[in-house]
Amino acid sequence: MNNNETANSISFLSEPKGLKSWLFTLDHKRIGILYLGGIMFSFILGGVFAMLIRLELLRPGPDLVSADTYNQLFTLHGAVMIFLFIIPGVPAALGNFVLPLMLGAKDVAFPRLNLASWYIYVVGAAFALYSLHSGAVDTGWTFYTPYSVQTQTSVVSMTLAAFILGFSSIFTGLNFIVTIHKLRAPGQTWFKLPLFVWALYATAIIQVLATPVLGITLLLLILERLFGIGIFDPAMGGDPVLYQHFFWFYSHPAVYIMILPGMGIISELISVFSHKKIFGYKAIAFSSFGIALVSFLVWGHHMFVSGQSEIAAMIFSFLTFLVGIPSGIKVFNWLSTMYKGSISLETPMLYALSFLVLFTIGGLTGIFLGALSVDVHLHDTYFVVAHFHYVMMGGTVMAFLGGLHYWWPKMFGKLYSSLWSKISVALIFIGFNVTFFSQFILGTKGMPRRYYNYLDQFQPLHAFSTVGSWILGLGFLIMFVYLIHSLFRGRRSGPNPWGALTFEWTTPSPPPTYNFKETPRLTHGPYDFDKIAVEETK
Amino acid sequence: MTDAHSHQPYVAHHFTDAFQQREAAKLGVWIFLLTEILLFGGLFVAYSVFRAWNPDMFHNAHKFLDVRMGTLNTVVLITSSVTVALAIRAIQLGRKKQTIGLLVATLVLAGVFLVVKYFEYSHKFHLGQLPGKYYTFTGVEGSNPHVFFSIYFAMTGLHGIHVLAGMAVISWALINTMKGKYSSEYFTPIEMAGLYWHLVDMIWIFLFPLFYLVG
Repeated sequence: MNNNETANSISFLSEPKGLKSWLFTLDHKRIGILYLGGIMFSFILGGVFAMLIRLELLRPGPDLVSADTYNQLFTLHGAVMIFLFIIPGVPAALGNFVLPLMLGAKDVAFPRLNLASWYIYVVGAAFALYSLHSGAVDTGWTFYTPYSVQTQTSVVSMTLAAFILGFSSIFTGLNFIVTIHKLRAPGQTWFKLPLFVWALYATAIIQVLATPVLGITLLLLILERLFGIGIFDPAMGGDPVLYQHFFWFYSHPAVYIMILPGMGIISELISVFSHKKIFGYKAIAFSSFGIALVSFLVWGHHMFVSGQSEIAAMIFSFLTFLVGIPSGIKVFNWLSTMYKGSISLETPMLYALSFLVLFTIGGLTGIFLGALSVDVHLHDTYFVVAHFHYVMMGGTVMAFLGGLHYWWPKMFGKLYSSLWSKISVALIFIGFNVTFFSQFILGTKGMPRRYYNYLDQFQPLHAFSTVGSWILGLGFLIMFVYLIHSLFRGRRSGPNPWGALTFEWTTPSPPPTYNFKETPRLTHGPYDFDKIAVEETK
Repeated sequence: MTDAHSHQPYVAHHFTDAFQQREAAKLGVWIFLLTEILLFGGLFVAYSVFRAWNPDMFHNAHKFLDVRMGTLNTVVLITSSVTVALAIRAIQLGRKKQTIGLLVATLVLAGVFLVVKYFEYSHKFHLGQLPGKYYTFTGVEGSNPHVFFSIYFAMTGLHGIHVLAGMAVISWALINTMKGKYSSEYFTPIEMAGLYWHLVDMIWIFLFPLFYLVG
């Protein structure tokens, strides 16, 4: 520890003290940690649902739960993972903590709004949990009409939960856009921003533009259910496909809300752990906006077999292929960054490498599904489930875990066990592929998604997948143990354990309440490893 | 926190100066207004779809809306936008009493709008021109007349909620003005409340022709 600030600065974790100081905090770092708590709780909850689903599918026929309970389990797994974990995951937890630090700012632009967004998240989560208690919803996380209007389960409380959580997401996005515009350090011009910030910016734009449409859609669904307004009901001159249009106009961009910030983390990790300047900075920065733009124009690819017009389907299919371009730009730039870099295989980098492999598989299978003739066969099969999990779990969750392991020493000032974390990455990577690669094969063989029962011929692959979920579960269990252990017994971390160049590593770990003693001034780019010799301060 | 700008108590600690804080607030509110437009956007799409499917019915059903009341409400809201704009001007010039008067006038006009809306609604409730399955009226020719009233109540209802929210925001600005929190140097909250109120007004400007002036 060569940084003399470390000794005499008081960490944001220790001052002020008391539960009240946490519940009423306006400090972005504390709010980020509050979010992290909520998100981890949701991740465990959604994960338990997933394990139960896989356990039920170990053998054909009823084993563990009834068919109705099974429908509720996969709905809750989807709704909890999407609305409570993966959408707020990277931006609200990690982004909240890191963004102002990366900008050399004292806080986000609107600290009160930031705290409000966390409380809104908690209220939304409470509605979601209430719906668990009051007849868990069984429509799938998409709440498609007409079934969502007819089912006896508690659709209203779950949709209300998603509606409320939407506001939390909007407020986070709004806060980040303004923060990035107005609170950058002196000298930090747009092209000197870390790429994670660019990714958060592109994410925030989607959050702000798409989420309100989900809001009105869910509001209309609630009105439909409570008052029978008839606009989604064919018997009353309404149209259930209109619901699908509305829903996917948000929910397709929403998958980019989930993946874009993850891609931002990967840009940081690849450059820092290759100790090499990022290749194609501007291409990576602008490709985030390319993805954000195209994301609004592809929602119809969820509806190729829902009865939209053929010409619409063709246009949506073509536009869907375009997503491959900015995504490809990113992947190739990351690979080029690693080329001839001096790569150190620390745990965050292992997650980044996992991301590269898994996201590429997920992205390419997305192209399969975007092709009309292929999609007609693969639609609503396990192939879609596998594709989605390769992008969301293989992509976003790997990036989230990479980011968590990267910034963990900064957040808590403690180093976790290098050995155990590497064992855990290996288990998660292997378990993930065992669980989900088998589902690609199941899908091409015709196994439909969301089915409670299946033909005997699918049993070996289903069993394989279920065993994978156990490996995955073990990997996560080990991760929780060593992370919590590190909080109490971990070695103290210096300000810059990885030798990175962005602002957050110039302040002590954990940072003091107002982040920096003096507003820092930017003297070099975020990835100038070619110009600056950084010292790792473990 | 006790540094250079402690002589400006309204500047929060994480901003460098009042200018940066005001610019941040403005940008934030504009983005928020954008989300409001998209929230209503979904309903405007629903309106377009159902009007395209039932053009004759929309034409017939709109005759049951009272154009005079709609026009009155349009004039009321536009006037309230003028009063709130003048209130911002007044506080910029440091005229506290005038600001208070103009904000009160805005609130009164917003109240008039809601009262007129109440009379319109209760008349329709009385005739059974209600949304969806509660629709019992028989006088509208054409396909699915209940859908017109579903969308009418959804859009004007959501707009009405926004009027209430706007009144809450303006009341808050009014109370703080009375407490003397704003001056010709610091008037951002009134300006932001005004921006929001203009949006509520703007949405009505679109709702009025789409429902009352069909055909």
